[in-house]
Amino acid sequence: MKQVLAVLVENKAGVLTRVAGLFSRRGFNIDSLAVGETVEPGISRMTIALEGDEAQVEQVEKQLNKLINVLKVVNLSREPTVFRELMLIKVKAEPQTRSDIQQIVETFRGKVVDVSLNSMIIEVTGNDEKLEAIKLLLEHFGIIEVARTGRVALLRSLKIDGDRS
Amino acid sequence: MKGSQIIITALEQENVEVVFGYPGGAVLPLYDALYHSKLRHILTRHEQGAAHAADGYARSSGKPGVVFATSGPGATNLVTGIANAQMDSVPMVLITGQVVTRLIGTDAFQEADITGITLPITKHNYLVKNAGDLSRVIAEAFHLATTGRPGPVLIDIPKDVFEQEAEFSYQKTPDITGYKPTYEGHQGQVSRAARAIAAAKKPVVFAGGGIIRSGAYRELQELVERGQIPITLSLMGLGAFPGSDSLFLGMAGMHGTVAANYALMEADLILAAGVRFDDRVTGKLESFAPGAKIIHIDIDPAEIGKNVAVDIPIVGDLKRVLASLLARFKSPETGTWVRQVQEWCNRYPLSVREEEPESKIKPQYVIKEIYRLTGGEAIIATDVGQHQMWTAQHYRFDRPRTFLTSGGLGTMGYGLPAALGAATASPGRDVWCIAGDGGIQMNIQELVTAVNYCLPVKIAIMNNGYLGMVRQWQEMFYEGRYACTELAGNPDFVKVAEAFGATGLRATRCSEVAAVLETAADTRGPVLIDFQIDREENVYPMVAPNYPLSEIIFEGKGRGK
Repeated sequence: MKQVLAVLVENKAGVLTRVAGLFSRRGFNIDSLAVGETVEPGISRMTIALEGDEAQVEQVEKQLNKLINVLKVVNLSREPTVFRELMLIKVKAEPQTRSDIQQIVETFRGKVVDVSLNSMIIEVTGNDEKLEAIKLLLEHFGIIEVARTGRVALLRSLKIDGDRS
Repeated sequence: MKGSQIIITALEQENVEVVFGYPGGAVLPLYDALYHSKLRHILTRHEQGAAHAADGYARSSGKPGVVFATSGPGATNLVTGIANAQMDSVPMVLITGQVVTRLIGTDAFQEADITGITLPITKHNYLVKNAGDLSRVIAEAFHLATTGRPGPVLIDIPKDVFEQEAEFSYQKTPDITGYKPTYEGHQGQVSRAARAIAAAKKPVVFAGGGIIRSGAYRELQELVERGQIPITLSLMGLGAFPGSDSLFLGMAGMHGTVAANYALMEADLILAAGVRFDDRVTGKLESFAPGAKIIHIDIDPAEIGKNVAVDIPIVGDLKRVLASLLARFKSPETGTWVRQVQEWCNRYPLSVREEEPESKIKPQYVIKEIYRLTGGEAIIATDVGQHQMWTAQHYRFDRPRTFLTSGGLGTMGYGLPAALGAATASPGRDVWCIAGDGGIQMNIQELVTAVNYCLPVKIAIMNNGYLGMVRQWQEMFYEGRYACTELAGNPDFVKVAEAFGATGLRATRCSEVAAVLETAADTRGPVLIDFQIDREENVYPMVAPNYPLSEIIFEGKGRGK
């Protein structure tokens, strides 16, 4: 099962190594990891997507909490959350295919950020399914390179209490 | 104040009395500051010896062990000692020198990235690049090492930082944002545990090193006695409960007693306190304690549910959790169950043999004689292997902090330096090191340390000329192919002792054992005894790795149940 953890860490030397090292040492796999500053100075947020069953992920959370530089761990998969990821795709684009590509990009609300004689770079943001979908469509034209940021996520402020009693 | 002086003053604030260490280029300024202080320094002959000695000091006294070492090889030589302390939750603060700040990352002479190397084997570590941070970092290091689940903390300090001037402002037990151990158990969970215990028909207490770290012996004893609940201990737990008490079943696990292992397998409730369900204790995990509801109390939340599924988890300090459990305690009805486990105890005692005076020395007999001689009052340090298991089985540890052994990491060479650390912490107490002929040679150089500082440690080598435990496994699981386990060309240990300035003794027959032990006890200063034991004696009973605890191999190779 895919799960996503938000990990608030002190922005100190070596903290990324501590977190990444913990995953490899305990045999947990990271699917993606995105790090950035938060509004609070000195505190960074790591968004870590990983694959694992309930018990494994619980163990990851506990082990992360033991790191002194880790301030908070939230398992976002258990909460209503907005996930986003940004992807840049360099795709082959001959003059005759450009408009087709452009149409796809518009449908996905992406942007063309660079054009050359025989290729384009497209920027698209979304959740996992959306990014996979556009990638699949563009493969038809020939993808040269892909760069992804990894998922970032925030808890929704409004929770719908439908299935909570 | 200079950085080096800040460190020494901070150690004094933490009431450190002794430092184990080994100087070198990068720590010259630190040793210069030490020169002018009242701190005692024990110079070992190898940094690994210093780390294990600090570990033995900490385990026997409950106070953190402090180590100094230089950069590069000085620091990397500590690695085994640090890993050993981390696995067994031993509080230590290690201060290493580093190359000067501007040379870091240039592969300078004697440079090693020791914070990187020790990252997975420390509770936390620091590289201090500014003398202004030293007061805070040292206070944090002591706080982290000694609270919550204890462990080793390393501080790496570049040589120029020792020389920098900075303010000394020391605040003990600092507030660390990302570190908030849970001490009080959840009261709802404690009530659930109390109800489960009251309802149990076949309860067993399974306690470990956490009891010793927390100092929860009295609470544990009261619980066992009030509830009349049979108790077993992990290797790390030996001494947490009196070994001669009638409710004590002996150690559990691979070389545990039959009664302890059967009790765990037949129990309907296991109260696990300060244990981590290591594979050496559970046997085949899927088959472990099939009928038992498990209550698991530990200060480290990550230990709960790590290896076995737990029914009632309680995170907290054992002393407080057991006290609050006792406040709601209702005794279960255990009469029939206690009779059952005691029948197992009687039917399957640890090997009893009549000793023939002229026969070869059986190592179990030596251990029993050491127990008799010391009245169970000595501090015993061991290495790792057969002699360690024989000691765990046959020396009845009645008091906490009297058994110093490398449980988690299984470090050969631990025993002698650990014994020196204990002797430093407790002058006047009997300290024995029980070792094998393999392990003793891994840190034999520390005999000099014993002689130099008049640390009257008695060393009993169970000499079988083999790496005995490995040979036993080769005999049992590799059809007797003894690949590279015979220690041919061992030195004459009596002469080795004498060359180091210690006393050397030897026994080759059973009839000599008692006399030679008494001679050793009556001799001043360190004594080494070479017990030439029956070479192919094995440790029994045994549960083969990854077998159910109920499938026990007895002496003579029968497999039980």
